[in-house]
Amino acid sequence: MDAIKIVSLTKKYKDTKAVDNLSLNIKEGELLSLLGVNGAGKTTTIKMLSCLTKPTSGDAFLCGKSILQDASEIKSLIAVSPQEGAVAMGLTVKENLELMCGVHSFSKEKRLNKIKELTSLLSLEEVLRKKAMKLSGGYKRRLSIAMALISEPKILFLDEPTLGLDVIARAQLWDIIRELKGKITIILTTHYMEEAQALSDRIAVMKDGKLLICDTAYNIKAKADTDDFEQAFIRVVKGEVK
Amino acid sequence: MRMLTFAKRNVKEILRDPVNLFFGLVFPFVLLILLTAIQSNVPVNLFEIPHLTPGITVFGLSFMTLFSATIIAKDRTGSFLQRLYTTPMGSLDFIVAYTLPIIPISVIQSVICYVVALFLGLEISVNIIYAVLFIVPVSIFFIALGLLCGSVFSDKQVGGICGALLTNLCAFLSGVWFDLKLVGGVFEKIANLLPFVHAVEIERAVINGDFSAVFPHLYWVLAYAIITLLLAVLLFLRQMNKQ
Repeated sequence: MDAIKIVSLTKKYKDTKAVDNLSLNIKEGELLSLLGVNGAGKTTTIKMLSCLTKPTSGDAFLCGKSILQDASEIKSLIAVSPQEGAVAMGLTVKENLELMCGVHSFSKEKRLNKIKELTSLLSLEEVLRKKAMKLSGGYKRRLSIAMALISEPKILFLDEPTLGLDVIARAQLWDIIRELKGKITIILTTHYMEEAQALSDRIAVMKDGKLLICDTAYNIKAKADTDDFEQAFIRVVKGEVK
Repeated sequence: MRMLTFAKRNVKEILRDPVNLFFGLVFPFVLLILLTAIQSNVPVNLFEIPHLTPGITVFGLSFMTLFSATIIAKDRTGSFLQRLYTTPMGSLDFIVAYTLPIIPISVIQSVICYVVALFLGLEISVNIIYAVLFIVPVSIFFIALGLLCGSVFSDKQVGGICGALLTNLCAFLSGVWFDLKLVGGVFEKIANLLPFVHAVEIERAVINGDFSAVFPHLYWVLAYAIITLLLAVLLFLRQMNKQ
């Protein structure tokens, strides 16, 4: 069953088409990576799918709900972990998680259970009482994902989750994302080829708002006639792969 | 529930910042003490405590604009608001949660100023309680101005505009430091068109027990508070839609 069905989604800003007639289906539990050079339309796509930006034309259906008609229902089905981390810096890790529980109107019991569960899943125990502003980049990202997972979303958007992290922190975050794989549908945007290759079920490559290809890493490499995914990506973006 | 949770978070963020604590709660009473010390050493009546304290309570509110604007601007630029916009929180939740929690902080600031003033020679009177109550409509204007600036400017711009420009405007155009009639002319006319001097006059009238003198100053402040709040809500909703 499709968790996301994107139908001719287009977003225009004055004369520029940030996303141009994008159509794509994403299965339930699938992890799809959106790849593309800067300005390819990845973030705009995520913004439209998470009901932050209205499309100029087209529509998308998340768990059968239209982003145009059912935005409030979609908001209870999705969660976003934005590029910048988006945590409350003056609050502790625990308070950030409590804040998200409150925003979703959880009961006290559910709040306690959820915080315990996510603290364990994202290995946040040792920093639970630390203020977010004092966390390392890796922990901030983990907290950001934990905050997104509070609402038990069916669809999770991860916007460049490992941007600026060191190798160890990145590897730890990859393990966490692998843990989530299959349980919820994940759309991940990234600039790191190895990340897309290591984590994704399928990879969608965008350029100038258009979808160039959407397939498994293996198939994309085969179509580009190379064993190196980075080379395959370059060939796709250059239009050398049909 | 959502609104309350977010409002609590805003209070924590504001009060945990030591710079906010200093400028919001300590700086006004440091000013009171300093200016009272100056008064005791000069032969003219420049900063008499019953005249100075109401002005300082209003001047202190300019920091509430800074707090309000900074937290909103930081939430916007750091994508924290973007995250919250994808939750079931509505626009009313945001606006109320950014505005209401700063009112009690303003009242506490005003109480601190009057308590310090009592130690510096202000006469104990029930009018002090009324003066603290009259701070509420004035504080709504300053908080709304913060909501407005936070919806439009980045956190760095907010520091310059609200932290430097507004505090200076409030200081010079409110008649706290000197009688505006001494300058007169266009300066006085401009000052009278702005709400700062009217806010100070309300507080001075109340502390003197001359409640009839509250008018027309209260109308000026209420008009500015309502217009600024409406404008702030519009601009907040505009940036929310832009996201």
